[in-house]
Amino acid sequence: MSDALARRDERDLRDTMVDGSELHARLAKTWGTGRGLIAALSTVDHKIVARRYLVTAFVFLFLGGLSAAAMRIQLARPENQFIGPDLYNQLFTMHGTTMMFLFAVPVMEAVGIYLVPLMLGTRNIAFPRLNAFSYWVFLFGGLFLWVAFILNIGPDVGWFAYTPLSGPQYSPGKRTDVWAQMITFTEIAALATAVEFIVTILKQRAPGMTLDRIPLFVWAILVTSFVIVFAMPAVMVASTMLILDRLIGTHFFNPSEGGDSLLWQHLFWFFGHPEVYIIFLPAAGMVSSIVVAFARRPALGYLPLVLSLIAVGFLSFGLWVHHMFTTGLPQLGAAFFTANSMLIAIPNGIQIFCWIATLWGGKPVFRTPLLFVLGFFFIFVLGGLSGIMLASVPIDTQVHDTYFVVAHFHYVLIGGAVFPLLGAVYYWFPKITGRMMSERLGRWNFWLAFIGFNLAFFPMHLLGLQGMPRRVYTYQPEMGWGTLNLLATIGSVILLISFVLFLWNVVSSNRRGEIAGDNPWDAGTLEWATSSPPPPQNFDRIPLVTSREPLWAERGPLPVVGGLAVDMRQVVVGTVTEARPILRESSPEPSIWPLFAAIAVGGTFLGSIFTPWAVVWGSIPVAITLIGWFWPSGSPEDEK
Amino acid sequence: MSALARLLLLVLLAFAGCQREERSFRADPVATESIEKVALVPLSPGPSGPVTDTSGKGKEYENNAYHLAQGKTLYKWMNCNGCHANGGGGSGPALIDDLWIYGGSIENIVQTIREGRPNGMPSFRGKIPDDQIWQIAGFVRSMSGNVPKDAAPGRDDALHPRPAENRTPEFPPVSGGAPPPR
Amino acid sequence: MSRFSLFLLPAIGFALAGCRGWQSALDAQGPQASELAWLFWIFTWVLGAIWLAVMIALAAALLRSPASRPDPLLVNPAQDRRYAAVVASLAVATGVVVLVLTGLSVVSQRNLFRVEEEAVTIRVTGRQWWWEIRYEEADASRSFTTANEIHLPVGKPVKIILNSADVIHSFWVPSLMGKQDLIKGQENDIRLVADRPGIYRGQCAEFCGLQHAHMGILAVAESQQDFERWRDAQIRPAEPPGDPERQKGQAAFLTQPCIMCHSVRGTPAGGKVAPDLTHVGSRKYLAAGTLPMSRGNLAAWIVDPHGIKPGVNMPTIKLQPDDLNAIASYLEGLK
Repeated sequence: MSDALARRDERDLRDTMVDGSELHARLAKTWGTGRGLIAALSTVDHKIVARRYLVTAFVFLFLGGLSAAAMRIQLARPENQFIGPDLYNQLFTMHGTTMMFLFAVPVMEAVGIYLVPLMLGTRNIAFPRLNAFSYWVFLFGGLFLWVAFILNIGPDVGWFAYTPLSGPQYSPGKRTDVWAQMITFTEIAALATAVEFIVTILKQRAPGMTLDRIPLFVWAILVTSFVIVFAMPAVMVASTMLILDRLIGTHFFNPSEGGDSLLWQHLFWFFGHPEVYIIFLPAAGMVSSIVVAFARRPALGYLPLVLSLIAVGFLSFGLWVHHMFTTGLPQLGAAFFTANSMLIAIPNGIQIFCWIATLWGGKPVFRTPLLFVLGFFFIFVLGGLSGIMLASVPIDTQVHDTYFVVAHFHYVLIGGAVFPLLGAVYYWFPKITGRMMSERLGRWNFWLAFIGFNLAFFPMHLLGLQGMPRRVYTYQPEMGWGTLNLLATIGSVILLISFVLFLWNVVSSNRRGEIAGDNPWDAGTLEWATSSPPPPQNFDRIPLVTSREPLWAERGPLPVVGGLAVDMRQVVVGTVTEARPILRESSPEPSIWPLFAAIAVGGTFLGSIFTPWAVVWGSIPVAITLIGWFWPSGSPEDEK
Repeated sequence: MSALARLLLLVLLAFAGCQREERSFRADPVATESIEKVALVPLSPGPSGPVTDTSGKGKEYENNAYHLAQGKTLYKWMNCNGCHANGGGGSGPALIDDLWIYGGSIENIVQTIREGRPNGMPSFRGKIPDDQIWQIAGFVRSMSGNVPKDAAPGRDDALHPRPAENRTPEFPPVSGGAPPPR
Repeated sequence: MSRFSLFLLPAIGFALAGCRGWQSALDAQGPQASELAWLFWIFTWVLGAIWLAVMIALAAALLRSPASRPDPLLVNPAQDRRYAAVVASLAVATGVVVLVLTGLSVVSQRNLFRVEEEAVTIRVTGRQWWWEIRYEEADASRSFTTANEIHLPVGKPVKIILNSADVIHSFWVPSLMGKQDLIKGQENDIRLVADRPGIYRGQCAEFCGLQHAHMGILAVAESQQDFERWRDAQIRPAEPPGDPERQKGQAAFLTQPCIMCHSVRGTPAGGKVAPDLTHVGSRKYLAAGTLPMSRGNLAAWIVDPHGIKPGVNMPTIKLQPDDLNAIASYLEGLK
């Protein structure tokens, strides 16, 4: 390969012609990311992008967690003077916004970006440059929000930013514009990844991986991606309308000029409720993966599990009004949304039953990932059931916007997403780093998180019933909420400690952890077929899939298909249902242009909160960078 | 790397504006009246212009989004619109133009509100607390596009007969709030 | 309450303590709130039992100790079919439970929002961060405005019309009824009845800006006679003060900035943007449920509102100490 003259002939070198370590080395060179800063910024390797996504999302998790800790300290006793109302409002807005937009959604996508191509037996995600672009846009959006916060321009209208409070008259300055534009950043990133997932999953599966052999995690990501594609535009439209109202004086949300402030709530929750499932569905996929691996048997009810995922995806669009039961909507309409909100308990229930049945029929191996999944059952089922209470219009009129709801959605989101996510980190960490995480620290981490979580959030149910509304920066001593709040604060400190322990475990295991090997858990899906960490090309040869758990079905080497070019980036593209290979498609080379495009887009968004002309002038650099991005580079794949 | 550069740029950009977002609720020092010595005319004997001596409070108020927004609320609450309408003027002069009978600096406007002026402008000394007078004066300045656009209030959630303060054109409109001649 | 008793045993104590709270959803004092509490407990029992059953099933699944599984793919199809049947029947059972709960919820919703001929109509307007209260009567001379405290006759249906002057607020007195939002540009209403005399606290439940935390409201339920007496007193303009200190206070009040925002009927003070003070001394709390009414608290509130409610629209004004005392005394006397 050092022989430049031979390049012409080698262009058509196929993996059938070389073997063993030479094949490995050549593919690694073809798919690898070069050295140096420019190469690092240009990379399109899904694993590197995913790692960046993961690290960034966890940084935001810690920032969001710290803002929560500050709020809990303020609420620990009545009339506390730790934080004033102005900062408190910014803090809870930052907490909610960060956790939802900068942590929960991106982190689920990050895990997907890392694992989906590996689980499907392909070499890179579809549209890898778009993938790199989505990371940069996400990063800039997050930085934008937090830098603004540090400069006292942090949004202070809540992560839901209800108009008219967030409108031009009641939110002076640029604080709310920062929030609204941050939405655009993160939603663009999420939409881009959703499109990549849909195409990757439908078209780039390894030969033989028919629809009913797709791993459950990948199904979850597929359904999530469709939900993203249909839900996210609603909030982007809404936040853009809000900026227009604020900046150039339109009247979308102004009732006295023919607008409607409830329109904001409809648009926001039309996104906002599916958002919950955008976060939960990938976590359900993680639970499926971990349950199957640690129960040591195939999932019981693969088909019901997949159908449940799809049903949840569809039903999630019919629930949004249950966030608005107290806004004076027609009673019959509200009752319809009660029925629909309760209906979603059925597919979610089926998933829970199938997982328990899988554990029942298997032989559970109690390692840290499974512990987190068990914690998930305990917490998430409770949160789901309190969700059924919230679905009822009458009960909701009492507990809506109280700490009962705070308790409910933390049970659902931390129990339903963060616990599985932590389990997933323990489970896939060896694949990503090649080293095992400490089991001893892992158990400490689990128990502290579990106890801290319940101590922090269970009392909030009671606080809500005792009449404590959400988003209050203090309360009077005679309300009698002091003891439970103190308990919750203690719990949140324990929870925070568990996360510090988790961080320590990640850092120290990354340095000194036990070497993992390819398949430390003896799991069955394809990501465990390659080395840990995987080489740039993921697989030297594309595996041929004959079963849902190929590594359990084939104890020897996996059957493979050949014929892909070695010195060019090529992936196998197959049919949607049966994954019958139909063509060899070239996969884009690294490029610095996605970064430039993200900078241009970011600059445009940033400028547009000051002047609408930024959109006009900003479109020029955006156009230039996009032209650069798509300019035919004369690389081999273009000539074919 | 470029993320870092961007970050730095952001910081620099935003530092200029960060006092614009500060929200000081309690006037400091509480409820004292600052003395502003601002001339109403540019003429004075001798080689130098008129001697002015301002407390600097003006900048603090007219560059701060929160103060300007409060001023906008108070403009209605204190019934300024009873005479000046939404700035176009009524029994009182228009405020969205560039004609200032008693001076157009924020200090002048504060004095006008505080002391009153002949022919109808009442004195609000002792009726409106000093910091609220500053807030109203800041808002009055914003009506003619004289405060930073990114601090000026946006439109009202009510019928609004003229562009929002943050869209008020930079060229001064003519007296009476009629559309500028093209 | 299986989950209450299962973990966090002390929670029971708190929960019960909560039942006696004066802003507790479980301390029902009227038919609407009782309906809600009843439905809440049904749901809690049913769902708590389900949670417990799921946890028991999970524990059983984990505690079985089958032989180890060297070959994960080796499954017993007959056994799997049995499991599948169990899962399917549980799914059907979930459907049935959900259906029943939906039915209960819908029936309860109808009861809750049933329209009865109202005896009293109260218009509540939300403002940042207080409640403007207007009792509306067909006879306009018997309509009056007050703030932050509603009185209602026991056993009589009350209609509350909700609207907002600025951002969205939410009216919530948990012991009487669930919440309903106050939204500018639309009019919502709720109906409620108080069964027993008492003072029930409520609070704004929709985030409305800086002082969302200090936007309380009191609902005072009293017998028909007491209510009539109170209403007649509220309709009357303020009595001219008798003693010299209060006279001095009135004079100070009328010459200070107070009148720019506040009204006292029967005096020239006619500001409309802040709470009506005609009978402020008769209210139990100050500053929207923030401070108990007393002369000392009145003075503290006037002298430094931003120390108590940072960001509130009440400005800090310059007052001479004896003027302050006189004004506090005057306001306290406005019964």
